[in-house]
Amino acid sequence: MTEMNMAHALNDALAVALADDDRVVMLGEDVGLTGGVFRVTDGLQERFGPQRVIDTPVAESGIVGAAFGMAIAGMRPVAEIQFLGFSYPGYDQIVSHVGRIRNRSNHRFTAPLVIRIPFGGGIGAAEHHSESSEALYAHTPGIKVVAPGTPAAAKGLLLAAIEDPDPVIFLEPIRVYRAIKEDVPEGRYTLPIGVAEVVRSGTDLTLVAYGAMLRDAGRAADALAGDGVSAEVIDLRTLSPLDAVTIVASAVKTGRVVAISEGHRTAGIASEVAAIVQEQALYSLLAPVERVTGWDTVVPLKRTERDHIPSVDRIVTAARRTLED
Amino acid sequence: MEPLRILEVDGHLLGPSPLPLEEIRRLFTALLTVRAYDHKASALQRQGRLATYAQFEGQEAAQVGSAAALRPDDWMVATYRDAAAMWMQGYPWDTLLLGRMGDERGGAPPAGVNVLPPSITVGAHMIHAVGLGWAEQMRGTGRIAITYFGDGATSEGDFHEAMNFAGVYRTPTVFVCQNNGWAISMSRERQTASETIAQKGAAYGVPGVLVDGNDLLAVFDATRDAVDRARRGEGATLIEAVTQRIGPHTTADDAGRYRDEATLEEWRQRDPLARVRRHLQAAGAWSEEWEHDVVTTAAAEIEAAVGRAEALAPFGPGAAFDRMFARPTAVLEAQRAALLGDGEAGA
Repeated sequence: MTEMNMAHALNDALAVALADDDRVVMLGEDVGLTGGVFRVTDGLQERFGPQRVIDTPVAESGIVGAAFGMAIAGMRPVAEIQFLGFSYPGYDQIVSHVGRIRNRSNHRFTAPLVIRIPFGGGIGAAEHHSESSEALYAHTPGIKVVAPGTPAAAKGLLLAAIEDPDPVIFLEPIRVYRAIKEDVPEGRYTLPIGVAEVVRSGTDLTLVAYGAMLRDAGRAADALAGDGVSAEVIDLRTLSPLDAVTIVASAVKTGRVVAISEGHRTAGIASEVAAIVQEQALYSLLAPVERVTGWDTVVPLKRTERDHIPSVDRIVTAARRTLED
Repeated sequence: MEPLRILEVDGHLLGPSPLPLEEIRRLFTALLTVRAYDHKASALQRQGRLATYAQFEGQEAAQVGSAAALRPDDWMVATYRDAAAMWMQGYPWDTLLLGRMGDERGGAPPAGVNVLPPSITVGAHMIHAVGLGWAEQMRGTGRIAITYFGDGATSEGDFHEAMNFAGVYRTPTVFVCQNNGWAISMSRERQTASETIAQKGAAYGVPGVLVDGNDLLAVFDATRDAVDRARRGEGATLIEAVTQRIGPHTTADDAGRYRDEATLEEWRQRDPLARVRRHLQAAGAWSEEWEHDVVTTAAAEIEAAVGRAEALAPFGPGAAFDRMFARPTAVLEAQRAALLGDGEAGA
């Protein structure tokens, strides 16, 4: 075990993958010489060479499309898009090609590629740099969407994503990159995709979160504990496919669920969690399922960004509503 | 910029042939075969046995001549109008037909045939050939990738990204633009203000070659040069094969709404098969009986392929869930159960 922040844990995972498997190549804007805008790929080009850690022209469709071709030819490309808000020029490649090739060729061709994308706000960045539009990708057939919330989960899930025989969009919470340190296993270590984790056990209600909101869900659970309320916290880890079993088991146990997402509210991840609970645990519920989400507005710029990202207060308030008679 | 031409419309050679006569005869049988397939597929569509079909009549030399320059293991990334090129590279007729019948198995050529299922969206697929070639370059296999697209696709942004990546990384990619004059109803003249599409290569540091797309020998010659360059590690080439689709955009289109009969007649005079036939005739390497035999044999092979495709039972209900990932996820399994009668709850 080594104590690492998430950026270091991701760098470690990429180094392990590049060292273990010649088929792994990385490509993206500024990933090589500068080590990426968040320095997640720092030192990898120096260590593995410019043929395997490739700086590309500014062309998201080209990055995704070229990585897709490489994957079909048997490579294991890991593409990076600089921000989720810059992924839309590559959206057509993802939706029309990456997520479809296995289906349209009846398994004859497959595209085991990973697309790493930093997402979410909270660092006062310029417009388009704080998007949390992960629901767009979770809605897309044929791709898996992973969003870790902690350094150890980030490493284990990234290595699992690179090993996965199918395409994975790997979302990295920007404001967590350097915010948390924890012990991370050394060497190759994977966590299963599609499996959520109960990160805090509780009995009165369930907070379901992922990405950067996981930390705020934990803080809300602390605040609730001060009032004598025992909150269970689930880290979704994978947004598609969602782990209904873990969500429903917790809902049945506590009877109260608050679904948290930084993404826009309508047709979002929290809505999907609420729907699953309603379908499979309605008769165990003691209160309506609450959603605490970003609003259906464009993410506000720095000065008012905090009105958009769910706060600990909003989570606690929603949790208390589920406890009212 | 004058297009490269080797075989004149009247069948005489303007320069040395890049192929021996026996090889030209072999490719003529391929031209006859693909035309027989094109006509058969159109007929099947009219009988309701195929979904919408995109005819390639008039473009046979552009596809057969270019594909003939490939190694059997080279990658091909083509479109819905490129059945002739795909068949040349080993994609079986029955597999092509299955795709047009609406069966995902139509996207699965046999192992060893490195041809992706035809791209239905316009333009996004060229960059895939860049990635495929790039991967082969990294592994030193000597394989290259060829991609086919039309004049309309060059207006898509992805054409720019693909050409740019191919130029920057010198990937072994051969770009074959079949400029057939039309993107559904939009003429080539209104598609781009460039005098030629070939000249667009200059902007990317990629050589552009203009070729008479109805000249089997010129298309072969230009493609062989581009393939050799790619295999030598010298990078990509853009080939513009100037041709004309004789039919409508698809069986659902009426070309009479935008193309006049005179233009069509002009191009019929430049038929890519007729000029090879004239050449073989002049060389004493053609007879009516021989062509008749070739067409009869091809028709029988295609008929047998239709039989095989139609005999294949459709997928059972719920099979789509098996095609999404290597193994279906729990979410997909629950949805399959819902489809198969367990009801929506729990999905």
